[in-house]
Amino acid sequence: METYNVVIIGGGPAGLAAAVSAYDAGEHSILVLERDTQLGGILNQCIHNGFGLHTFQEELTGPEYAQRFIDRLIERKIEYRLNTMVLDITREKVVTACSRADGVTRIQAKAIVLAMGCRERSRGSLNIPGFRPAGVFSAGTAQRLVNMEGYLPGRRVVILGSGDIGLIMARRMTLEGAKVLVCAEIMPYSGGLKRNIVQCLDDFGIPLKLSHTVVDIEGKDRVTGVTIARVDSHMKPIPGTEEHYDCDTLLLSVGLLPENELSRGMGVELSPVHKGPVVNESLMTNIPGVFAAGNVLHVHDLVDYVSEEAETAGRQAAAYAAGSLTDETGREIPIETGGGPRYTVPETLDPARIGDQLTIRFRVGSVMKDRRVNVYLDGDRVLSRPRRVMAPGEMEEVLLTRKMLDGHPDLKSIAIKVEEG
Amino acid sequence: METRNLTCIRCPLGCQIEVKMEGKEVVSVTGNTCRRGDIYARKEVTNPTRIVTSSVRVSGSRTGAVMVSCKTAADIPKARVMDVVKDIKDLVIPCPVAIGDVLKQDVAGTGVDLVATRNVE
Repeated sequence: METYNVVIIGGGPAGLAAAVSAYDAGEHSILVLERDTQLGGILNQCIHNGFGLHTFQEELTGPEYAQRFIDRLIERKIEYRLNTMVLDITREKVVTACSRADGVTRIQAKAIVLAMGCRERSRGSLNIPGFRPAGVFSAGTAQRLVNMEGYLPGRRVVILGSGDIGLIMARRMTLEGAKVLVCAEIMPYSGGLKRNIVQCLDDFGIPLKLSHTVVDIEGKDRVTGVTIARVDSHMKPIPGTEEHYDCDTLLLSVGLLPENELSRGMGVELSPVHKGPVVNESLMTNIPGVFAAGNVLHVHDLVDYVSEEAETAGRQAAAYAAGSLTDETGREIPIETGGGPRYTVPETLDPARIGDQLTIRFRVGSVMKDRRVNVYLDGDRVLSRPRRVMAPGEMEEVLLTRKMLDGHPDLKSIAIKVEEG
Repeated sequence: METRNLTCIRCPLGCQIEVKMEGKEVVSVTGNTCRRGDIYARKEVTNPTRIVTSSVRVSGSRTGAVMVSCKTAADIPKARVMDVVKDIKDLVIPCPVAIGDVLKQDVAGTGVDLVATRNVE
């Protein structure tokens, strides 16, 4: 059996950043496993710009952003295998992978970084009535077809869901000559970034209908029409509000789910809220030496934050492999979220294992205005930041510093709250 | 007096901004809650620009790639966006292509070049 100190599952933005940071932390026995024909993951099909504002202080397209990290990987001569699908990982960190070139291989790792990303929710998870014709695509599939394969999936398009990929595809399909009729969103607010609503819908006069959903898909072989209707506060369609659109395509942009089949298989504890592994301050899961970062951990809005998070996971994986990250100190303090955050990443922290600072990321459950994000250590408010508006579509973060922690040497409780005032 | 309504994109707040204009002159900006909104609104009503991103066909790729992604090297007037995508519709670029290679000079007469945003062998 082959052995590597750090094995990284996935060669997308999270896997690339984790590999580079593990290397820079002094670990040179690293292997990245990628199932696609190339590194870069989803960034390869995200040809729009807006990536890297935080990381590189410039606006890059997805492929350009990916290439910056691929270059770093290659400069360091970090090993990677393409066309290689990981089938199974055991608790003992034996990775079983297969590829055309090598057949089935088994690799013993000292530390593992889970970086498998996420995938789109599909029609099957929505319960939309109607036929099952061709012409119903997830927004990401349409994105790949248009940007990488050179096909336009349809001419007259209805979009269900206002996630960022759906908004981006509204613009992309319009530029390629399709007519995007409407974007329907079941929630009373959009799940996408503001700049995407303005630059992808408003710029092209595409209406966004909030509190609306698809109630019927027509067409036997190919979509011929879609009916949308307004929903009430329980998200039930209101009779009499139906509107029919003649179209040949329905794009679904209805959410992303972290891809955790491998994690589940090896016994990693998953959060019922963000659907990714429950992790501590080192981004380590309940299995010692197994770390997670990026969209497999929780779905991000910005790749910059994926890279940042994965750098932490890579560094910690290197430390674990080198024996300098201890397993458990018995002081894992859960981060409480009474009022506001739906979840936090990390979920727990051990003050002894935090360096200069710790970034805690979270999302709120509904749109909130004129609030403060307050952080309490043993009931003392150590941080209070005003937020004019918070929305579920925009990830929030707070920075816990060494200085705050040092002021509470016998720390027993941590709470992050979103409060009025 | 013309009135333009905008949604500010400078932060998640998304202020609804009303801009009053006299011809090409901005008379007033209201509804914004910070200075960034004022700057955004004035630029957006007087000289709105966008970077256009797209992808065009390639030929002779060693890896079997069909398309190369591309962008305008700088932002162009918003009103010219459709002209740019029409102008590059039938482009076929021979491989290899590297990030930053000029795929078409002065695209649609905008004075801006179209450049590749990925490496294709």
